[in-house]
Amino acid sequence: MSELLIEAGRTERQYWRDIWRYRELFYFLAWRDMLVRYKQTLVGVAWSLIRPILTMLVLTVVFGKLGKMPSGGAPYPLLVLCGMLPWQFFSAALAECGNSLVSNSNLISKVYFPRIVVPVSSIISSFVDFLISAGFLVVLMFWYRYVPPATVIFLVFFVLLMLGASLGVGLWVAALMVKYRDFRFIVPFVVQFGLYISPVGFQSSVVPARFRLLYSVNPMVGIIDGFRWCLLGSRDSVYWPGFVLTVVDVVVMVASGIWYFRKTEQTFADVI
Amino acid sequence: MNEIEPLAENILMPDCAIAIENIGKRYSIGHLRASDDGLRHKIENAIRSPLAWLKSSQRKHPKTEDFWALRNISFQIQKGDVIGIIGRNGAGKSTLLKLLSRITVPTEGRIRIDGRCASLLEVGTGFHQELTGRENIFLNGAILGMTRDEIVSKFDEIVEFSEISEFLDTPVKRYSSGMYVRLAFAVAAHLEPEILIVDEVLAVGDAAFQKKCLGKMGSFAQSGRTVIFVSHNVEAVRSLCQRAVWLKDGRLHQDGKTEEIIEGYFNSISDAVAFSTTNAEYGLTIQKVTLKNMSGEECGQFHPGDDLIVEISYDAEKRVERPIFALGVLGVGGSCFTSNMLLDGHRPEYLEGAGTVTCTFKSLPLLPQSYTVNMRIQAASVKEIIVPYQEVARFSVVGDLGEYGYRGEYAAWALRSTPVVVPYEWRLPDGTTAAVALSRRSN
Repeated sequence: MSELLIEAGRTERQYWRDIWRYRELFYFLAWRDMLVRYKQTLVGVAWSLIRPILTMLVLTVVFGKLGKMPSGGAPYPLLVLCGMLPWQFFSAALAECGNSLVSNSNLISKVYFPRIVVPVSSIISSFVDFLISAGFLVVLMFWYRYVPPATVIFLVFFVLLMLGASLGVGLWVAALMVKYRDFRFIVPFVVQFGLYISPVGFQSSVVPARFRLLYSVNPMVGIIDGFRWCLLGSRDSVYWPGFVLTVVDVVVMVASGIWYFRKTEQTFADVI
Repeated sequence: MNEIEPLAENILMPDCAIAIENIGKRYSIGHLRASDDGLRHKIENAIRSPLAWLKSSQRKHPKTEDFWALRNISFQIQKGDVIGIIGRNGAGKSTLLKLLSRITVPTEGRIRIDGRCASLLEVGTGFHQELTGRENIFLNGAILGMTRDEIVSKFDEIVEFSEISEFLDTPVKRYSSGMYVRLAFAVAAHLEPEILIVDEVLAVGDAAFQKKCLGKMGSFAQSGRTVIFVSHNVEAVRSLCQRAVWLKDGRLHQDGKTEEIIEGYFNSISDAVAFSTTNAEYGLTIQKVTLKNMSGEECGQFHPGDDLIVEISYDAEKRVERPIFALGVLGVGGSCFTSNMLLDGHRPEYLEGAGTVTCTFKSLPLLPQSYTVNMRIQAASVKEIIVPYQEVARFSVVGDLGEYGYRGEYAAWALRSTPVVVPYEWRLPDGTTAAVALSRRSN
């Protein structure tokens, strides 16, 4: 009944069955990451609020007050926060997911479970932080007495895109990091750089129209625009070719990420 | 599973728990070149590619060498079998366990496992230093494959077994190493798989705890479940397993009854052990352990009554304070005698730089058989082990049984009795006395 075949080559059928069998491990590893993250800190979980608030203030001052960027009718802090939520999630998930296999190398080399549990649970734990920060967005909306438009129901779709983008890139980086620790240096650099080339502190409508499609190659552009469209109803954000490109981007990244991860995971224990 | 090749179907018996069919694992080693290490080197090589091209055309040898950690291993394990796997360091024991527990995949061949399988290659895998004992029980349980409900239902048992109930809400980083190991083993001991795969986990913890672990594994085995047990500790293998598999240089050397295999294993002296080990934490390297005879020559063969000199050469990078050396001489039948600084109280004040510690066992009272010398070094704290108890050298004793005073009709049976002999004297009812002692003069 529970017979198992270990063979040189692939074990496709068992793979998905194993993921189902180890489903609770997703939760346990995410739970561990969250417990550990704020152990021996004074303010604990409050850090997942303090960081976005401070960043929001800085970006509002730099782009809104000093740069005098257009806000499309919404209060500038709200505009910034709507862009920052998906961006901070993406950067945190990428950093944690990328490191996840290497920092769990003791598990990888000593016990079996579907390896994909590790990067996925690191994304889950980043998502919890995202939800906490999203709570702050709700508070800020009350503060400004700002009622989101009906398009808010599409937010689910963009959250899924955001999760997909993080998972796709995260799986690539996690698998590559096992062999090439260089990515430990590349990831922080990309994250830092990405903050400026993604429309976090400003609206993507400030990008000249002829560059807009090229700009949308970065999947976070479509996702951040989508967040603003759903939450603030800002018409400037809507750029359909860009959205389509984002969806294609995300699908390709998730599919290729899973493919590459599956291809390399059998040697993780030998290489790590 | 219905698409099994006819060959496999013929081989697999109905009550077979594990069938290993011609398994092999290859690693690429040797010139582990920088090119395998990082992106920088990939790029660097690309820039230098014309040069590399020339080089590779001159020398046809590939950069990596293949190394078969295991090859052509086939055997089956019946349900309810308790099987021991023995062999030297590097014989492929750990690789076999890693394949069985699916941590890594075989290069060739296949393994069929029937039943829920749990493996324990290390005590406390996945324990997190910052988490409390309670949290770690759940985490570790989940990692080992227990469901949440299972952990909840066994929680009290686990806590009781580990004897740490007072410290349940203390982060494990504040635990003593003994408590840590107890808790970790307790979780693992409450897995209820049909097949259990255990590596050297018993090498840790104090004697009482080791006994408890062995007891737990024994009762596990008695409940009709399958156990695969790997150990350097031949004693433990002997007491637990009916069957043993001896791996040598990645091949299956011998497979059969534990007694026979262990005897063969002990007798395979010809290939002398070149023991060396380093404990990076303590900065202590044991360069070699040599056996010498009374005239100070390196020697692998002794006569009864000879002195056996064990010389331990060390190189201490850091100062090691008051280490505790222990040596044990083991024969086919088990432990014969030991010398242990923990018992006699003589300890070096410190080790620093290179030097030697020697121990001379006077006039060996041993029968002509094969023996191993095991060694352990503990730190001053006793609890911390610098070099775990393991085999460091081997020797054989040669001699005629007559020399021992064994002249009876069944004298040859002596080899099946205990290997240690002391002089003795019979006094019979008719008043005659008969002394039995080594006739060889010990000089």
